Amino acid sequence: MENKPKLKVAIYWGAACGGCCVSVLDVHEKLFDVVAVADLVFWPIALDIKYHDVEEMTDGHIDVTLFNGAVRNSENERMAKLLRRKSKILVAYGSCAHMGGIPGLANFSTREEIFKRVYLESESTLNPDGKLPRPECDMPEGKLEIPVFYNDVLTLHNVVDVDYYIPGCPPQTERFVEVFMAIATGAELPPKGSVVGARDKSQCDECERKKTDNKLVKKFYRPWEIYDDGETCFLEQGVICMGPSTRSGCGVRCIKGNAPCRGCYGPPPGVSDPGAKMMSSIATMIDEKESEEIGKVIEDIMDPAGTFYRFSLPVALLRKKSIQKEN
Amino acid sequence: MEYKPTILAFLCNWCSYTGADLAGTSRMKYAPNVRVIRVMCSGRVEPTFVLKAFREGADAVLICGCHPGDCHYHEGNYKCLRRYHLLKKYIQQLGIHPDRLRLEWVSASEGNIFARLIDEMTETVAKLGPCEVRKTMETIN
Repeated sequence: MENKPKLKVAIYWGAACGGCCVSVLDVHEKLFDVVAVADLVFWPIALDIKYHDVEEMTDGHIDVTLFNGAVRNSENERMAKLLRRKSKILVAYGSCAHMGGIPGLANFSTREEIFKRVYLESESTLNPDGKLPRPECDMPEGKLEIPVFYNDVLTLHNVVDVDYYIPGCPPQTERFVEVFMAIATGAELPPKGSVVGARDKSQCDECERKKTDNKLVKKFYRPWEIYDDGETCFLEQGVICMGPSTRSGCGVRCIKGNAPCRGCYGPPPGVSDPGAKMMSSIATMIDEKESEEIGKVIEDIMDPAGTFYRFSLPVALLRKKSIQKEN
Repeated sequence: MEYKPTILAFLCNWCSYTGADLAGTSRMKYAPNVRVIRVMCSGRVEPTFVLKAFREGADAVLICGCHPGDCHYHEGNYKCLRRYHLLKKYIQQLGIHPDRLRLEWVSASEGNIFARLIDEMTETVAKLGPCEVRKTMETIN
Protein backbone atom coordinates (compact mmCIF):
# COMPACT_ATOMS: atom_id res chain seq x y z
CA MET A 1 0.00 0.00 0.00
CA GLU A 2 2.83 2.38 0.94
CA ASN A 3 4.54 2.20 -2.43
CA LYS A 4 1.42 2.27 -4.50
CA PRO A 5 1.20 5.55 -6.38
CA LYS A 6 -1.63 7.73 -5.15
CA LEU A 7 -4.70 8.30 -7.29
CA LYS A 8 -4.76 11.68 -8.96
CA VAL A 9 -8.17 13.21 -8.53
CA ALA A 10 -9.68 16.36 -10.01
CA ILE A 11 -12.98 17.99 -9.15
CA TYR A 12 -14.46 20.64 -11.39
CA TRP A 13 -17.69 22.60 -11.51
CA GLY A 14 -19.61 23.69 -14.57
CA ALA A 15 -22.95 25.45 -14.15
CA ALA A 16 -23.33 24.45 -10.52
CA CYS A 17 -24.24 25.92 -7.15
CA GLY A 18 -21.22 24.54 -5.29
CA GLY A 19 -23.29 22.06 -3.32
CA CYS A 20 -21.64 19.09 -5.03
CA CYS A 21 -18.17 20.31 -4.01
CA VAL A 22 -19.46 20.74 -0.46
CA SER A 23 -20.86 17.20 -0.52
CA VAL A 24 -17.29 16.02 -1.17
CA LEU A 25 -16.06 18.10 1.79
CA ASP A 26 -18.80 16.46 3.87
CA VAL A 27 -16.71 13.31 4.08
CA HIS A 28 -15.53 14.87 7.36
CA GLU A 29 -13.00 12.62 9.09
CA LYS A 30 -13.12 10.18 6.18
CA LEU A 31 -11.14 12.84 4.36
CA PHE A 32 -8.06 11.23 5.91
CA ASP A 33 -8.94 7.93 4.21
CA VAL A 34 -9.42 9.79 0.95
CA VAL A 35 -6.17 11.75 1.08
CA ALA A 36 -4.31 8.61 2.15
CA VAL A 37 -5.01 7.12 -1.26
CA ALA A 38 -5.50 10.19 -3.42
CA ASP A 39 -3.86 13.45 -4.38
CA LEU A 40 -6.14 16.28 -5.41
CA VAL A 41 -4.58 17.79 -8.49
CA PHE A 42 -7.29 20.27 -9.50
CA TRP A 43 -10.23 21.62 -7.52
CA PRO A 44 -11.15 25.27 -8.07
CA ILE A 45 -13.21 25.56 -4.87
CA ALA A 46 -10.30 24.51 -2.67
CA LEU A 47 -6.99 24.66 -4.52
CA ASP A 48 -5.21 27.41 -6.39
CA ILE A 49 -4.47 25.51 -9.57
CA LYS A 50 -5.12 27.31 -12.84
CA TYR A 51 -6.56 26.12 -16.13
CA HIS A 52 -3.15 26.37 -17.81
CA ASP A 53 -1.74 23.99 -15.19
CA VAL A 54 -4.33 21.45 -16.31
CA GLU A 55 -3.50 22.11 -19.95
CA GLU A 56 0.14 21.33 -19.23
CA MET A 57 -0.66 17.91 -17.79
CA THR A 58 -0.07 14.97 -20.12
CA ASP A 59 -3.20 13.32 -21.54
CA GLY A 60 -4.67 10.76 -19.13
CA HIS A 61 -2.62 12.21 -16.26
CA ILE A 62 -5.63 12.46 -13.94
CA ASP A 63 -7.05 9.14 -12.75
CA VAL A 64 -10.54 10.31 -11.80
CA THR A 65 -12.34 13.57 -12.52
CA LEU A 66 -15.60 14.37 -10.79
CA PHE A 67 -17.37 16.89 -13.00
CA ASN A 68 -20.32 18.55 -11.35
CA GLY A 69 -22.64 21.11 -12.89
CA ALA A 70 -24.36 21.41 -16.24
CA VAL A 71 -22.84 22.79 -19.44
CA ARG A 72 -24.23 26.30 -19.79
CA ASN A 73 -21.53 28.20 -21.63
CA SER A 74 -18.46 27.74 -23.78
CA GLU A 75 -16.13 27.74 -20.76
CA ASN A 76 -17.97 24.75 -19.24
CA GLU A 77 -17.71 22.93 -22.56
CA ARG A 78 -14.03 23.74 -23.03
CA MET A 79 -13.19 22.49 -19.52
CA ALA A 80 -15.31 19.38 -19.98
CA LYS A 81 -13.39 18.54 -23.16
CA LEU A 82 -10.05 19.37 -21.56
CA LEU A 83 -10.72 17.26 -18.48
CA ARG A 84 -12.00 14.40 -20.63
CA ARG A 85 -8.68 14.36 -22.45
CA LYS A 86 -6.63 14.57 -19.26
CA SER A 87 -8.62 11.97 -17.30
CA LYS A 88 -8.74 8.19 -17.35
CA ILE A 89 -12.18 8.13 -15.72
CA LEU A 90 -14.66 10.99 -16.07
CA VAL A 91 -17.58 10.94 -13.66
CA ALA A 92 -20.68 13.10 -14.04
CA TYR A 93 -21.15 14.00 -10.41
CA GLY A 94 -24.54 15.22 -9.25
CA SER A 95 -27.88 15.90 -10.91
CA CYS A 96 -26.68 18.81 -13.07
CA ALA A 97 -23.91 16.90 -14.80
CA HIS A 98 -26.11 13.79 -14.92
CA MET A 99 -29.42 15.25 -16.19
CA GLY A 100 -29.07 19.03 -16.32
CA GLY A 101 -30.45 19.60 -12.84
CA ILE A 102 -31.89 22.86 -11.59
CA PRO A 103 -29.94 25.00 -14.13
CA GLY A 104 -31.63 22.88 -16.80
CA LEU A 105 -34.95 24.51 -15.97
CA ALA A 106 -33.61 27.52 -17.86
CA ASN A 107 -34.50 25.56 -21.00
CA PHE A 108 -38.04 26.87 -20.52
CA SER A 109 -36.65 30.20 -21.72
CA THR A 110 -34.50 31.18 -24.66
CA ARG A 111 -31.21 33.02 -24.33
CA GLU A 112 -32.89 36.23 -25.49
CA GLU A 113 -35.59 35.94 -22.82
CA ILE A 114 -33.02 35.29 -20.11
CA PHE A 115 -30.85 38.25 -21.17
CA LYS A 116 -33.86 40.52 -21.35
CA ARG A 117 -35.01 39.58 -17.86
CA VAL A 118 -31.59 39.57 -16.22
CA TYR A 119 -29.92 42.58 -17.84
CA LEU A 120 -32.84 44.82 -18.76
CA GLU A 121 -35.96 44.15 -16.73
CA SER A 122 -35.00 42.90 -13.29
CA GLU A 123 -35.90 45.33 -10.52
CA SER A 124 -32.38 45.56 -9.15
CA THR A 125 -30.71 46.28 -12.49
CA LEU A 126 -29.70 49.74 -13.67
CA ASN A 127 -28.75 49.51 -17.32
CA PRO A 128 -29.86 52.70 -19.10
CA ASP A 129 -27.87 51.94 -22.26
CA GLY A 130 -29.46 48.49 -22.50
CA LYS A 131 -26.09 46.75 -22.71
CA LEU A 132 -26.07 42.98 -23.09
CA PRO A 133 -23.07 40.70 -22.64
CA ARG A 134 -21.17 39.92 -25.80
CA PRO A 135 -18.57 37.17 -26.16
CA GLU A 136 -16.05 39.66 -27.53
CA CYS A 137 -15.63 43.39 -27.25
CA ASP A 138 -12.93 45.85 -28.18
CA MET A 139 -11.49 47.98 -25.41
CA PRO A 140 -8.66 50.55 -25.64
CA GLU A 141 -6.37 47.98 -23.98
CA GLY A 142 -7.28 45.23 -26.44
CA LYS A 143 -9.90 42.66 -27.12
CA LEU A 144 -11.85 41.27 -24.15
CA GLU A 145 -13.40 37.82 -24.28
CA ILE A 146 -15.95 36.20 -22.05
CA PRO A 147 -17.51 32.73 -22.47
CA VAL A 148 -20.41 32.36 -24.90
CA PHE A 149 -23.73 31.89 -23.11
CA TYR A 150 -25.50 28.98 -24.84
CA ASN A 151 -29.18 28.95 -25.65
CA ASP A 152 -29.52 25.40 -24.27
CA VAL A 153 -28.40 24.00 -20.96
CA LEU A 154 -26.65 20.72 -21.77
CA THR A 155 -25.60 17.75 -19.68
CA LEU A 156 -22.01 16.58 -19.50
CA HIS A 157 -22.89 13.61 -21.67
CA ASN A 158 -24.08 15.99 -24.42
CA VAL A 159 -20.54 17.34 -24.92
CA VAL A 160 -18.16 14.53 -23.93
CA ASP A 161 -17.99 10.80 -23.35
CA VAL A 162 -18.85 10.04 -19.71
CA ASP A 163 -17.69 6.91 -17.87
CA TYR A 164 -19.94 6.94 -14.81
CA TYR A 165 -22.81 8.90 -13.35
CA ILE A 166 -23.24 9.62 -9.66
CA PRO A 167 -26.71 11.14 -9.28
CA GLY A 168 -28.07 13.38 -6.54
CA CYS A 169 -28.52 16.99 -5.64
CA PRO A 170 -26.04 16.69 -4.08
CA PRO A 171 -24.95 13.04 -4.14
CA GLN A 172 -25.06 11.53 -0.71
CA THR A 173 -21.55 11.65 0.70
CA GLU A 174 -21.56 8.02 1.93
CA ARG A 175 -22.34 6.84 -1.60
CA PHE A 176 -19.50 8.93 -2.97
CA VAL A 177 -17.05 7.47 -0.43
CA GLU A 178 -18.16 3.93 -1.36
CA VAL A 179 -17.62 4.60 -5.05
CA PHE A 180 -14.36 6.37 -4.44
CA MET A 181 -12.97 3.60 -2.25
CA ALA A 182 -14.01 1.03 -4.84
CA ILE A 183 -11.93 2.86 -7.44
CA ALA A 184 -9.03 3.38 -5.02
CA THR A 185 -8.83 -0.24 -3.91
CA GLY A 186 -8.96 -1.44 -7.50
CA ALA A 187 -12.29 -3.24 -7.11
CA GLU A 188 -13.91 -4.39 -10.30
CA LEU A 189 -15.72 -1.43 -11.85
CA PRO A 190 -19.19 -1.64 -13.36
CA PRO A 191 -19.58 -1.33 -17.15
CA LYS A 192 -18.97 2.09 -18.65
CA GLY A 193 -21.99 4.35 -18.68
CA SER A 194 -23.42 2.93 -15.45
CA VAL A 195 -25.12 4.98 -12.79
CA VAL A 196 -23.13 4.30 -9.63
CA GLY A 197 -23.71 5.27 -6.04
CA ALA A 198 -27.44 4.60 -6.37
CA ARG A 199 -29.73 1.59 -6.44
CA ASP A 200 -31.93 0.27 -9.23
CA LYS A 201 -35.18 0.21 -7.28
CA SER A 202 -37.43 3.19 -6.71
CA GLN A 203 -37.58 5.40 -3.63
CA CYS A 204 -40.85 3.74 -2.58
CA ASP A 205 -38.91 0.54 -2.06
CA GLU A 206 -36.87 2.15 0.73
CA CYS A 207 -39.47 4.57 2.03
CA GLU A 208 -40.81 3.60 5.44
CA ARG A 209 -44.07 5.52 5.27
CA LYS A 210 -47.33 3.55 5.46
CA LYS A 211 -48.66 2.63 2.06
CA THR A 212 -51.94 1.06 1.02
CA ASP A 213 -53.25 0.08 -2.40
CA ASN A 214 -55.65 2.98 -2.36
CA LYS A 215 -53.86 5.79 -4.13
CA LEU A 216 -56.94 7.72 -5.24
CA VAL A 217 -57.12 11.42 -4.40
CA LYS A 218 -59.66 14.16 -5.03
CA LYS A 219 -57.27 17.04 -4.56
CA PHE A 220 -53.56 17.68 -4.82
CA TYR A 221 -51.90 19.79 -2.17
CA ARG A 222 -48.64 21.64 -2.17
CA PRO A 223 -46.61 20.66 0.89
CA TRP A 224 -47.42 23.84 2.80
CA GLU A 225 -51.15 23.46 2.27
CA ILE A 226 -51.51 20.35 4.39
CA TYR A 227 -50.63 19.05 7.84
CA ASP A 228 -48.53 16.03 7.05
CA ASP A 229 -49.22 13.27 9.55
CA GLY A 230 -45.60 12.14 9.28
CA GLU A 231 -46.55 8.52 8.64
CA THR A 232 -48.75 8.10 5.56
CA CYS A 233 -47.40 7.94 2.02
CA PHE A 234 -47.25 11.50 0.62
CA LEU A 235 -49.10 10.51 -2.53
CA GLU A 236 -51.97 9.07 -0.51
CA GLN A 237 -52.23 12.40 1.27
CA GLY A 238 -52.41 14.16 -2.10
CA VAL A 239 -48.91 15.64 -2.01
CA ILE A 240 -46.91 15.07 -5.18
CA CYS A 241 -43.88 12.95 -4.38
CA MET A 242 -41.49 11.86 -7.12
CA GLY A 243 -40.61 8.67 -5.26
CA PRO A 244 -42.20 6.18 -7.69
CA SER A 245 -40.08 7.36 -10.62
CA THR A 246 -36.86 8.07 -8.75
CA ARG A 247 -33.94 5.80 -7.93
CA SER A 248 -33.25 4.98 -4.33
CA GLY A 249 -29.80 5.21 -2.82
CA CYS A 250 -30.03 8.58 -1.14
CA GLY A 251 -31.44 7.00 2.01
CA VAL A 252 -34.80 8.72 1.45
CA ARG A 253 -33.34 11.83 3.03
CA CYS A 254 -36.11 14.23 2.04
CA ILE A 255 -38.96 11.94 3.04
CA LYS A 256 -37.32 11.26 6.41
CA GLY A 257 -37.23 15.03 6.82
CA ASN A 258 -40.98 15.09 6.07
CA ALA A 259 -40.57 16.61 2.62
CA PRO A 260 -41.73 14.76 -0.51
CA CYS A 261 -39.12 13.41 -2.93
CA ARG A 262 -38.21 15.87 -5.68
CA GLY A 263 -36.55 13.38 -7.98
CA CYS A 264 -32.89 14.42 -7.90
CA TYR A 265 -31.58 10.86 -8.19
CA GLY A 266 -33.17 10.50 -11.60
CA PRO A 267 -35.20 7.64 -13.04
CA PRO A 268 -34.60 3.94 -12.41
CA PRO A 269 -33.06 1.95 -15.28
CA GLY A 270 -35.21 1.52 -18.37
CA VAL A 271 -37.12 4.79 -18.03
CA SER A 272 -36.42 7.12 -20.92
CA ASP A 273 -38.45 10.08 -19.74
CA PRO A 274 -38.90 10.30 -15.97
CA GLY A 275 -41.42 13.16 -16.00
CA ALA A 276 -43.71 11.42 -18.47
CA LYS A 277 -43.71 8.28 -16.33
CA MET A 278 -44.56 10.32 -13.29
CA MET A 279 -47.34 12.18 -15.11
CA SER A 280 -48.71 8.83 -16.20
CA SER A 281 -48.99 7.55 -12.63
CA ILE A 282 -50.01 10.81 -10.95
CA ALA A 283 -52.86 11.41 -13.39
CA THR A 284 -54.40 7.99 -12.83
CA MET A 285 -54.65 8.73 -9.09
CA ILE A 286 -57.33 11.31 -9.72
CA ASP A 287 -60.57 10.01 -8.29
CA GLU A 288 -62.92 11.68 -10.78
CA LYS A 289 -64.58 10.54 -13.98
CA GLU A 290 -65.96 13.74 -15.49
CA SER A 291 -63.76 15.85 -17.72
CA GLU A 292 -64.60 19.03 -15.86
CA GLU A 293 -63.91 17.59 -12.41
CA ILE A 294 -60.61 16.10 -13.58
CA GLY A 295 -59.66 19.51 -14.96
CA LYS A 296 -60.29 21.08 -11.56
CA VAL A 297 -58.04 18.57 -9.81
CA ILE A 298 -55.31 19.17 -12.40
CA GLU A 299 -55.51 22.89 -11.67
CA ASP A 300 -53.93 22.10 -8.29
CA ILE A 301 -50.80 20.95 -10.09
CA MET A 302 -49.52 24.45 -10.67
CA ASP A 303 -46.47 23.71 -12.77
CA PRO A 304 -46.43 20.18 -14.19
CA ALA A 305 -43.33 20.69 -16.32
CA GLY A 306 -41.32 22.20 -13.48
CA THR A 307 -42.54 19.63 -10.97
CA PHE A 308 -42.07 16.47 -12.98
CA TYR A 309 -38.88 17.55 -14.74
CA ARG A 310 -37.34 19.51 -11.90
CA PHE A 311 -33.92 17.89 -12.35
CA SER A 312 -34.24 16.28 -15.76
CA LEU A 313 -35.50 18.76 -18.33
CA PRO A 314 -32.38 18.67 -20.56
CA VAL A 315 -32.62 14.86 -20.89
CA ALA A 316 -36.40 14.81 -21.43
CA LEU A 317 -37.98 13.95 -24.78
CA LEU A 318 -39.04 17.58 -25.02
CA ARG A 319 -35.92 19.13 -23.56
CA LYS A 320 -36.75 22.76 -24.16
CA LYS A 321 -39.56 25.07 -25.05
CA SER A 322 -40.54 25.18 -28.72
CA ILE A 323 -41.14 28.54 -30.25
CA GLN A 324 -44.02 28.22 -32.68
CA LYS A 325 -43.80 30.34 -35.80
CA GLU A 326 -46.96 32.16 -36.78
CA ASN A 327 -48.56 30.52 -39.77
CA MET B 1 -44.89 23.17 -51.36
CA GLU B 2 -48.22 23.17 -49.63
CA TYR B 3 -48.04 22.13 -46.00
CA LYS B 4 -49.80 18.86 -45.25
CA PRO B 5 -50.08 18.08 -41.56
CA THR B 6 -49.30 14.65 -40.18
CA ILE B 7 -51.60 13.44 -37.43
CA LEU B 8 -50.61 10.46 -35.38
CA ALA B 9 -53.61 8.59 -34.00
CA PHE B 10 -53.62 6.02 -31.23
CA LEU B 11 -56.82 4.00 -31.62
CA CYS B 12 -58.08 1.49 -29.11
CA ASN B 13 -58.47 -2.01 -30.47
CA TRP B 14 -62.03 -2.58 -29.32
CA CYS B 15 -63.95 0.52 -30.36
CA SER B 16 -62.06 3.21 -32.21
CA TYR B 17 -59.90 1.05 -34.44
CA THR B 18 -62.97 -0.91 -35.42
CA GLY B 19 -64.74 2.42 -36.01
CA ALA B 20 -61.94 3.55 -38.28
CA ASP B 21 -62.07 0.21 -40.02
CA LEU B 22 -65.78 0.69 -40.59
CA ALA B 23 -65.07 4.07 -42.18
CA GLY B 24 -62.67 2.28 -44.51
CA THR B 25 -64.86 -0.68 -45.40
CA SER B 26 -67.80 1.69 -45.95
CA ARG B 27 -65.60 3.62 -48.41
CA MET B 28 -66.05 6.88 -46.61
CA LYS B 29 -63.75 9.63 -47.79
CA TYR B 30 -61.62 11.45 -45.27
CA ALA B 31 -58.34 13.37 -45.17
CA PRO B 32 -55.27 11.19 -45.83
CA ASN B 33 -53.23 12.92 -43.12
CA VAL B 34 -53.70 10.44 -40.32
CA ARG B 35 -51.26 7.67 -39.38
CA VAL B 36 -52.90 5.07 -37.19
CA ILE B 37 -51.32 3.04 -34.41
CA ARG B 38 -53.54 0.40 -32.89
CA VAL B 39 -53.26 -0.04 -29.14
CA MET B 40 -55.16 -2.48 -26.97
CA CYS B 41 -56.75 0.31 -24.93
CA SER B 42 -56.60 4.08 -24.76
CA GLY B 43 -55.37 3.48 -21.20
CA ARG B 44 -52.24 1.97 -22.76
CA VAL B 45 -51.24 5.31 -24.26
CA GLU B 46 -48.47 6.54 -22.02
CA PRO B 47 -47.55 10.21 -22.00
CA THR B 48 -44.16 9.08 -23.31
CA PHE B 49 -45.84 7.89 -26.55
CA VAL B 50 -47.40 11.29 -27.13
CA LEU B 51 -44.22 13.22 -26.36
CA LYS B 52 -42.22 10.89 -28.56
CA ALA B 53 -44.70 11.46 -31.39
CA PHE B 54 -44.16 15.22 -31.20
CA ARG B 55 -40.43 14.70 -30.85
CA GLU B 56 -40.37 12.60 -34.04
CA GLY B 57 -42.25 15.18 -36.05
CA ALA B 58 -46.00 14.64 -35.68
CA ASP B 59 -47.96 17.85 -36.15
CA ALA B 60 -50.75 16.62 -33.92
CA VAL B 61 -51.64 13.59 -31.84
CA LEU B 62 -55.10 12.08 -31.61
CA ILE B 63 -56.12 9.50 -29.04
CA CYS B 64 -59.41 7.64 -29.50
CA GLY B 65 -61.02 5.26 -27.06
CA CYS B 66 -64.35 3.70 -26.17
CA HIS B 67 -67.08 5.92 -24.81
CA PRO B 68 -67.09 6.33 -21.01
CA GLY B 69 -68.57 3.24 -19.44
CA ASP B 70 -67.85 1.11 -22.53
CA CYS B 71 -64.18 0.32 -21.97
CA HIS B 72 -63.32 -3.30 -22.63
CA TYR B 73 -61.12 -3.14 -19.52
CA HIS B 74 -63.68 -1.14 -17.48
CA GLU B 75 -61.48 1.82 -16.52
CA GLY B 76 -58.82 2.27 -19.22
CA ASN B 77 -60.50 5.17 -20.97
CA TYR B 78 -60.88 7.05 -17.68
CA LYS B 79 -57.19 6.65 -17.00
CA CYS B 80 -56.53 8.00 -20.47
CA LEU B 81 -58.83 10.98 -19.86
CA ARG B 82 -56.97 11.93 -16.68
CA ARG B 83 -53.58 11.64 -18.34
CA TYR B 84 -54.84 13.63 -21.29
CA HIS B 85 -55.81 16.59 -19.11
CA LEU B 86 -52.44 16.65 -17.35
CA LEU B 87 -50.57 16.19 -20.60
CA LYS B 88 -52.46 19.01 -22.24
CA LYS B 89 -51.40 21.37 -19.47
CA TYR B 90 -47.81 20.15 -19.74
CA ILE B 91 -47.43 20.52 -23.51
CA GLN B 92 -48.60 24.11 -23.36
CA GLN B 93 -45.73 24.88 -21.00
CA LEU B 94 -43.39 23.51 -23.65
CA GLY B 95 -44.86 25.80 -26.29
CA ILE B 96 -47.12 23.28 -28.05
CA HIS B 97 -50.60 24.51 -28.99
CA PRO B 98 -53.31 22.62 -27.04
CA ASP B 99 -55.27 21.89 -30.23
CA ARG B 100 -52.43 19.65 -31.35
CA LEU B 101 -53.47 17.04 -28.81
CA ARG B 102 -56.96 15.66 -28.85
CA LEU B 103 -58.88 12.88 -27.17
CA GLU B 104 -62.17 11.67 -28.62
CA TRP B 105 -64.47 8.74 -27.96
CA VAL B 106 -65.31 6.75 -31.10
CA SER B 107 -67.33 3.55 -30.91
CA ALA B 108 -67.14 0.61 -33.31
CA SER B 109 -70.25 1.80 -35.14
CA GLU B 110 -69.13 5.42 -35.53
CA GLY B 111 -67.20 5.23 -38.78
CA ASN B 112 -68.80 8.42 -40.01
CA ILE B 113 -67.83 10.24 -36.81
CA PHE B 114 -64.23 9.08 -37.18
CA ALA B 115 -64.09 10.28 -40.79
CA ARG B 116 -65.51 13.66 -39.82
CA LEU B 117 -63.14 13.93 -36.87
CA ILE B 118 -60.10 13.40 -39.07
CA ASP B 119 -61.29 15.98 -41.61
CA GLU B 120 -61.96 18.51 -38.91
CA MET B 121 -58.71 17.93 -37.08
CA THR B 122 -56.68 18.10 -40.29
CA GLU B 123 -58.23 21.46 -41.01
CA THR B 124 -57.48 22.78 -37.50
CA VAL B 125 -53.88 21.62 -37.59
CA ALA B 126 -53.36 22.92 -41.12
CA LYS B 127 -54.31 26.36 -39.80
CA LEU B 128 -51.82 26.04 -36.94
CA GLY B 129 -48.98 25.34 -39.35
CA PRO B 130 -46.13 22.85 -39.00
CA CYS B 131 -45.21 21.82 -35.46
CA GLU B 132 -41.77 23.13 -34.60
CA VAL B 133 -40.93 20.61 -31.89
CA ARG B 134 -38.75 18.27 -33.91
CA LYS B 135 -36.74 21.08 -35.44
CA THR B 136 -36.32 22.77 -32.05
CA MET B 137 -35.08 19.58 -30.40
CA GLU B 138 -32.64 18.89 -33.22
CA THR B 139 -30.93 22.27 -32.92
CA ILE B 140 -28.32 22.60 -30.23
CA ASN B 141 -27.00 26.09 -29.75
